[in-house]
Amino acid sequence: MTALSALIRRDIRIALRVGGGALIGVLFFLTVTVLMPFAVGPDLALLSRLGPAILWLGALLASLLTLDRLFTADHEDGSLDLIVMSRTPLELACAAKALAHWLAAGLPLIVATPALGLLLNLDGTATVAVALTLLAGTPALTFTGMIGAALAVTLHRGGLLLAVLVLPLSIPVLIFGVAASQAAITGPMSFGTPFSILCALSLVSFVVGPFAAAASLRHGLD
Amino acid sequence: MRLSGKDLRCVRGGREVFAGLGFAASSGEALAITGPNGSGKTSLLRVIAGLLVPSDGSIALDGGEAELTVAEQAHYLGHRDALKPALSVLENLSFWRDFLGGEADDAGRCLTLVGLDHATHLPAAYLSAGQRRRLSIARLLVARRPVWLLDEPTSALDTKGQDLFVGLMRDHLANGGIVIAATHTPLGIDVREMRMGAAP
Amino acid sequence: MSLIDLANPTKFLALTARVLPWLAGATVILLLIGLYQSAMAPDDYQQGATVKIMFIHVPNAWLSMFVWGIMSIASLGTLVWRHPLADVAAKAAAPIGAAFTFLALVTGSLWGRPMWGTYWEWDARLTSVLILFLMYLGLIALWRAVEDPSRAARAAAVLTLVGAINIPIIKFSVDWWNTLHQPASVIRMGGPTLDNAFLIPLLIMAIAFSLLFITLHLAAMRNEILRRRVRSLQMMQANQQRAA
Repeated sequence: MTALSALIRRDIRIALRVGGGALIGVLFFLTVTVLMPFAVGPDLALLSRLGPAILWLGALLASLLTLDRLFTADHEDGSLDLIVMSRTPLELACAAKALAHWLAAGLPLIVATPALGLLLNLDGTATVAVALTLLAGTPALTFTGMIGAALAVTLHRGGLLLAVLVLPLSIPVLIFGVAASQAAITGPMSFGTPFSILCALSLVSFVVGPFAAAASLRHGLD
Repeated sequence: MRLSGKDLRCVRGGREVFAGLGFAASSGEALAITGPNGSGKTSLLRVIAGLLVPSDGSIALDGGEAELTVAEQAHYLGHRDALKPALSVLENLSFWRDFLGGEADDAGRCLTLVGLDHATHLPAAYLSAGQRRRLSIARLLVARRPVWLLDEPTSALDTKGQDLFVGLMRDHLANGGIVIAATHTPLGIDVREMRMGAAP
Repeated sequence: MSLIDLANPTKFLALTARVLPWLAGATVILLLIGLYQSAMAPDDYQQGATVKIMFIHVPNAWLSMFVWGIMSIASLGTLVWRHPLADVAAKAAAPIGAAFTFLALVTGSLWGRPMWGTYWEWDARLTSVLILFLMYLGLIALWRAVEDPSRAARAAAVLTLVGAINIPIIKFSVDWWNTLHQPASVIRMGGPTLDNAFLIPLLIMAIAFSLLFITLHLAAMRNEILRRRVRSLQMMQANQQRAA
């Protein structure tokens, strides 16, 4: 347990210190959201209808971009070798790193949601709904995205290829995240159904993500 | 305690690096792996550390803790320092002590041993190459592991640093440890040399 | 010859060299019979002659998923049993699977055109197939991004298995998403139960396309083995020159 909490504390500390690594994600989220009205026009009614979708897409891209370095940074400085060798099961270490990443880069996105909701003309209920779905859904994005981050170590590159590999896997999260937000705003469906499926997707990713990432890391080193 | 490997074969990128390789080292013994570039010194260390999977052969640590793998009872000091520039010297070392676990030593004391006690709270980014290496060496002391796998450990160290490291290796061997080092330069301790062939 | 012997690439090459002509012949004959039967099949009272696209579309759609299944088994072979031919099988299957998936998309779109009035409708099945196609392309890109085949194999195996877990989830999500955004009045493809007049040619075509896959797959595996041999020969040559 000490080992895992040490890893989580280290990763959060680095994320908050290095040039605001985690905050760049929020800045990206903000920029993408601000970009949307320029593309679709400043029609407030339209924006409030598209709002949840825009916020979800922004969060998806922001978490994907910040995930890029999840393992490659540790690989480049040799830390990953020692993490693989250590007495902590690699699956748990991967889960701890993903958790730390979510705390440092995912949570700030959710905190920023109300401010962005204001820009998109979302009312109180809608903003709360989107923030809730992001809270339930972004862990799933992090934990599926970490598979791509682990593959990036083997590939010696991340970026575009990583996005191409990971984005199709996150389609279900996007579908149910946006659907749950829309359900809370306009109905007619209940918020509960898509929201509980969203939670289920997160739970599945907690299992699949660490195992797949560890399997890819274990023999992907050279 | 005896670390041994037999019939080891390593293939990387479709190229056979070495084959039919065996080695053994007992408590208090140091093994120096020498040989030209590309002869597979680093690969051998990484195979022992469990970071590369050998295509053939096995490695065993007799007399070690039965429920732990060889890698879990070994320290690996590679070319890369495993240091985070954003963290302070003490934070870097404390992290590895907590993460590696096992029998641990006080981080501050280990920093004194490697001569970095004056820089405890400085970010690791400010360290010179030699100081970074000293900090990596402190990692070997802060969590106890019977096997040390060292890849060119004395590179980047000045004479004073090398002397200091020789002392630390002697202590480790005197305590029943095992040292396996890939090196070009003499280590300054009594070693058994194992020469790896030129590239086939 | 036991299964263990087949694990040896040389024996595999020798065996497939004998089997492949027969397989290719059987594929051609079955395809001809299937195509003839399909052409002879009556027109649908609703869809007219367009229903005949089904005889191409359905086998391709079936294979698009079947090939991913084959690759998943091969990936298990790579990760768990470290079978020497497993990653060759997985790598060789990916482009063929992508081609079948692409054909399923194109025929599906052509089939949909007279019914929907557009070439593309965000129909649940077609959308799922499109996502599957994207995943195939991603996998092929991954294979091409790594120079060392054995390292690429592990990465691709992990991704294939993650995909195998995800495909049903994606399918379920897209179906759900589709019913959410479209009322149930949309014409569903492949809809009602099939008459024997359609079923028999469809079955023949399905078998013919499966045989086509097996033939292409074995041939692609042979190519991949030979390609790797060339690669290691070239490496040996490079090493000799360095030693000299």
